[in-house]
Amino acid sequence: MAVSAALSSTSAAALPFRGGRICPCSLRGPKSRATSSSSSRVTAQLELKAPPYPLDALEPYMSQKTLEFHWGKHHRGYVDNLNKQIAGTDLDGLTLEEIVVKSYNKGSPLPTFNNAAQAWRPVLLLSLMLLYIWNHDFLWTSIKPGGGGKPSGLLLELIERDFGSVDALLSEFKQAALTQFGSGWAWLGYRAGKLVVEKTANAVNPLVSDYTPLLVVDVWEHAYYLDYQNRRPDFVSTFIEKLISWDAVSARLDEAIAASKSA
Amino acid sequence: MPNEELNAISIVFLVVQSRATSSSSSRVTAQLELKAPPYPLDALEPYMSQKTLEFHWGKHHRGYVDNLNKQIAGTDLDGLTLEEIVVKSYNNGSPLPLSTMPPRHGAPIWNHDFLWTSIKPGGGGKPSGLLLELIERDFGSVDALLSEFKQAALTQFGSGWAWLGYRAGKLVVEKTANAVNPLVSDYTPLLVVDVWEHAYYLDYQNRRPDFVSTFIEKLISWDAVSARLDEAIAASKSA
Repeated sequence: MAVSAALSSTSAAALPFRGGRICPCSLRGPKSRATSSSSSRVTAQLELKAPPYPLDALEPYMSQKTLEFHWGKHHRGYVDNLNKQIAGTDLDGLTLEEIVVKSYNKGSPLPTFNNAAQAWRPVLLLSLMLLYIWNHDFLWTSIKPGGGGKPSGLLLELIERDFGSVDALLSEFKQAALTQFGSGWAWLGYRAGKLVVEKTANAVNPLVSDYTPLLVVDVWEHAYYLDYQNRRPDFVSTFIEKLISWDAVSARLDEAIAASKSA
Repeated sequence: MPNEELNAISIVFLVVQSRATSSSSSRVTAQLELKAPPYPLDALEPYMSQKTLEFHWGKHHRGYVDNLNKQIAGTDLDGLTLEEIVVKSYNNGSPLPLSTMPPRHGAPIWNHDFLWTSIKPGGGGKPSGLLLELIERDFGSVDALLSEFKQAALTQFGSGWAWLGYRAGKLVVEKTANAVNPLVSDYTPLLVVDVWEHAYYLDYQNRRPDFVSTFIEKLISWDAVSARLDEAIAASKSA
């Protein structure tokens, strides 16, 4: 698995993400890094990072009410729950990378599934929650007030090279978003030097796959139900036309290319 | 939607279906119908709003029916009953191409039909009779059953359903993802709750636990569950 291979390397640059950190949601590392002489327990808490704009800034395309629930309840809830779950366990105090690897590896169904169900299930749920938090951080920084428009520079070049045109890319991206049955996400990613569109279910994200994410849209119903109800196509069109931060996508592309060169 | 409109829709569908039996040389097609809930769309207020029903039944469920009818027209699934379509296109686990796209071989339609008849105005209360006996035998108590049912509903990550079912003479609680339904499994469904977010988001937003509690306490039609149990038992005896 790409993640395992990457994480076994001591180089942070081997991780295909910004600065080598998996999670843009910043893990405040173990509190007592060798400097504390107290016997207090080491805890590592994930923080709920706010979107880089006020919650009403994406109106009318994504309402303040939606952000209040999507970020303020769903995203916040996952962070709180995960912190509760890891406190005092053997995952407490690990680096974020270690948590991901340890919990995801154990997420693979064991041969003796029935017997081990109670053992591995909480760990699987943990890894799902972790990925889910990551997805949401990535989502808020994939969009911006006054978003939309067109990509430019190197990003535009690669889009035209790999999809033929921006319209073709956006059409494929929208199609992925609309055909992700149930809950999930659609991604623009960077794999082996090529731009790709992918879709994932539930909380699955590229961390445990082989491509670097550049852009995501959340198509869980909570992401659009208050504003668009069943009209997922309208939501995705508006997301594309009015919300995408092509600057963020370009910056991520640059980092992905840099990371792959130094790998 | 007033009853008169619901009746009008039913009549339209009956007319459409009767055309299929005409002696003209036009192709015979059997269209799946969008069955209305057996109560007005505002009858479950305040526990499940009219607005929710208008979207959940009127848009989501209706959309599945319309899409499936379009997809099966002129294919070998055309003319089959809904159950036949579900089973045939599931194809013992290797779903036919039709089913790789929404609406996934008819299962969501079946699930929603089953949903509307699992609840009723003035629902909730307690089970009785044989159903109560089996609940107490297989779960210990009604509270224990409802606790397990709620837990299944809350731990179905993403979109899905929680079920009370009947398997080999025993009551069981199960949960399924997305559009999976028991028709292609080994238990007979007796009760379902829909935990796709569209089922509760307008009324409860993120508060799935509140939705499920209210569903249990105010909406479940235990009469329907009992009737289905009786049928399941009869069916297993004659099998």
